[in-house]
Amino acid sequence: MLNIKNLHAAVEGNAILKGINLNVKAGEVHAIMGPNGSGKSSLASVLAGREAYEVTEGSVDFDGKDLLDMSPEVRAREGLFLAFQYPVEIPGVSNINFLKTAVNEVRAYHGQPPMQAKAFLDMLKSKQKLMEFDANLMNRSLNEGFSGGEKKRNDIFQMAMLEPKLAIMDETDSGLDIDALRIVSAGVNKLRGKDNAFIIITHYQRLLEYIVPDFVHVLYNGRIVKSGTKELALELEEKGYDWLKEDIRLEEPVQ
Amino acid sequence: MSAEQDILQELAGRDYEFGFETQIEMDIAPPGLNEDIIRFISAKKQEPEWLLEWRLKGFQLFQKLSMPTWQNFKLPEVDFQGVSYYAAPKNQVKYNSLDEVDPELLATFAKLGIPLEEQKMLSGVAVDAVFDSISVATTFKAQLHELGIIFCSFGEAVQEHPELVKKYLGSVVPQADNIYAALNSAVFSDGSFVYIPKGVRCPMELSTYFRINAKNTGQFERTLIIADEGSYVSYLEGCTAPMRDENQLHAAVVELIALDDSEIKYSTVQNWYPGDADGKGGIYNFVTKRGICKGKNSKISWTQVETGSAITWKYPGVILQGDNSIGEFYSVAVTSKRQVADTGTKMVHIGKNTKSRIISKGISAIHGQNTYRGLVKVGPNATNARNFTQCDSLLIGDRCGAHTFPYIESKNNTAMVEHEATTSKIGEDQVFYLNQRGIDNEQAVNMIVNGYAKEVLNQLPMEFAVEAQKLLSITLEGSVG
Ligand SMILES: Nc1ncnc2c1ncn2[C@@H]1O[C@H](COP(=O)(O)OP(=O)(O)OP(=O)(O)O)[C@@H](O)[C@H]1O
Ligand SMILES: [Mg+2]
Repeated sequence: MLNIKNLHAAVEGNAILKGINLNVKAGEVHAIMGPNGSGKSSLASVLAGREAYEVTEGSVDFDGKDLLDMSPEVRAREGLFLAFQYPVEIPGVSNINFLKTAVNEVRAYHGQPPMQAKAFLDMLKSKQKLMEFDANLMNRSLNEGFSGGEKKRNDIFQMAMLEPKLAIMDETDSGLDIDALRIVSAGVNKLRGKDNAFIIITHYQRLLEYIVPDFVHVLYNGRIVKSGTKELALELEEKGYDWLKEDIRLEEPVQ
Repeated sequence: MSAEQDILQELAGRDYEFGFETQIEMDIAPPGLNEDIIRFISAKKQEPEWLLEWRLKGFQLFQKLSMPTWQNFKLPEVDFQGVSYYAAPKNQVKYNSLDEVDPELLATFAKLGIPLEEQKMLSGVAVDAVFDSISVATTFKAQLHELGIIFCSFGEAVQEHPELVKKYLGSVVPQADNIYAALNSAVFSDGSFVYIPKGVRCPMELSTYFRINAKNTGQFERTLIIADEGSYVSYLEGCTAPMRDENQLHAAVVELIALDDSEIKYSTVQNWYPGDADGKGGIYNFVTKRGICKGKNSKISWTQVETGSAITWKYPGVILQGDNSIGEFYSVAVTSKRQVADTGTKMVHIGKNTKSRIISKGISAIHGQNTYRGLVKVGPNATNARNFTQCDSLLIGDRCGAHTFPYIESKNNTAMVEHEATTSKIGEDQVFYLNQRGIDNEQAVNMIVNGYAKEVLNQLPMEFAVEAQKLLSITLEGSVG
């Protein structure tokens, strides 16, 4: 589904991603871990098409199409979803209207007619139930005045509504209370299927107990320096990143 | 940021939707401003002697007054002698029934979305359609007449209700208020007149649609609205003009009078031709609007959505004379291309327990310059006066500007005056967030701007809120900052 080859990217001339290779197949869940500032959110941003990032080398294939060639909205309509580490507030824009617009934009792209009000509301209700999402948040302005956790849950709710092929969740767990973490994880598990895939960025092995990944990768200094299965997350939890840094320093050419 | 550049470029080049010109035979006075032309206008309208005298006095004042110097933009030289002060479609000066209205005129208004024919009239909205210097039609007149409501062109009111006109004309905006008000009082053409009798709640929106069509003319209309005790009226004004390379002057005066326990809601959706991307052409919109809450417990509410004009210069205000009276001002002003807006309000608290509320939302894009200028004045007898002002500016791109000049003068220490102000840029983060959900730049900016302006748009009558939203999108289509 997603094939990242030797991806390099820079912000304002600073190299941030330095040769990422990653292959995500339909039905898989990949976890990405790594120290602060290692480039996890940057990878998510580059995949979603944030303008500030300049891709300097490499390629990304998304279901047979050149992802890097598409505008951010086309990537979204093609089925790439990013749950943001910091979802933004958009005052005065009703959450529900926004969501309806988003759903219909994606539909239009695939040649489907806009959803009728009734059908949309039915879908809204069923997804609210699925994700145990607070219906009151629907009638407010988009993320305006939402608590940190509510914003995260709103993003995940949007994900449930948009039914993306590939969902990237950037530290969705940070800011969620214990119950919310369980509820959101359960929701994500319900959304898992053989035709979609997830990339889950997290610092904590705890989330991965709920959403069990097929692969775990460690991103360090703009590169994936280690990949493994869910046991790797446990190992990291126990030992931190220092032992990996030691290994890498030995490999890295002196500049 | 090349994408941003592209979008801003496109935005700057947006076409003005209502720029067409109606081909119709016109009766146009020769350019020039003098006593003769004033006598000519007055005679054309068969006005009584007192009104001619009043006009001539206005002209004298105009000659004495000088141009203001306090505004936050370069006041362009206006050649008052180069303008024609009277332009009316030939044949009929006064239409007795719609059948007599030139089909070309009906077609013009239909094209503007204002059908005047009986069978197509907007439901729930009575319209007075003004074409250059003349009111061409007023709809729903008979229904309104049954309730004792007078809704007609200003010219007609002078003929049919001279006592009301005489009593209130110039009572809120004195002729000497400012040079443009003086000019208007000398040469005003047509406009609307509204009287709502005691205890009557006007059952439909009253609306005037102004269209400047003729070349090299100005539009100088006057509107006078009187709400008698315990009455209510909601009034809406809309306007457009053809695209022309030269600037045209629009200098209107609006006076509102609210007696005891009455309420007037006045909404404006202003969409005069704004000029092109280089600032060529466009309307100079120099307007004086003021209301007086004369009676106790009365209320006047101004809502304006200003999207057009090369320069907009206006401060709809309220004189809060009656005890417990309320004044409100809700404004969205958009400046794009090379547009300039210097707008705001004046709330003058005179009576006890008077309240005012000011919500101003400025939006600037491209090279647009947007100034909020507001005065809250509390007199010595205005015990417990309250004001709340919220004044927000939104910037799109980094070549535009937003400026705020709030003035407060309080002579009563029981008064409470609150002022809040914010300036923000349309965040790239916000646009990206919407992009990431499949929404393109154009629609993203649209959503953000409409969300930002929501508090004001919510004040508009339903039918027009949708219209206003569309206008905002057209004016700002697709800019990212
Ligand atoms: N606009 C920018 N200008 C300069 N450096 C930037 C910019 N944006 C990101 N960076 C840098 O890129 C590096 C990677 O940041 P990124 O947000 O991807 O880290 P992360 O792995 O997601 O960290 P965290 O775990 O703290 O969320 C950091 O060193 C950050 O400071
Ligand atoms: Mg991050």
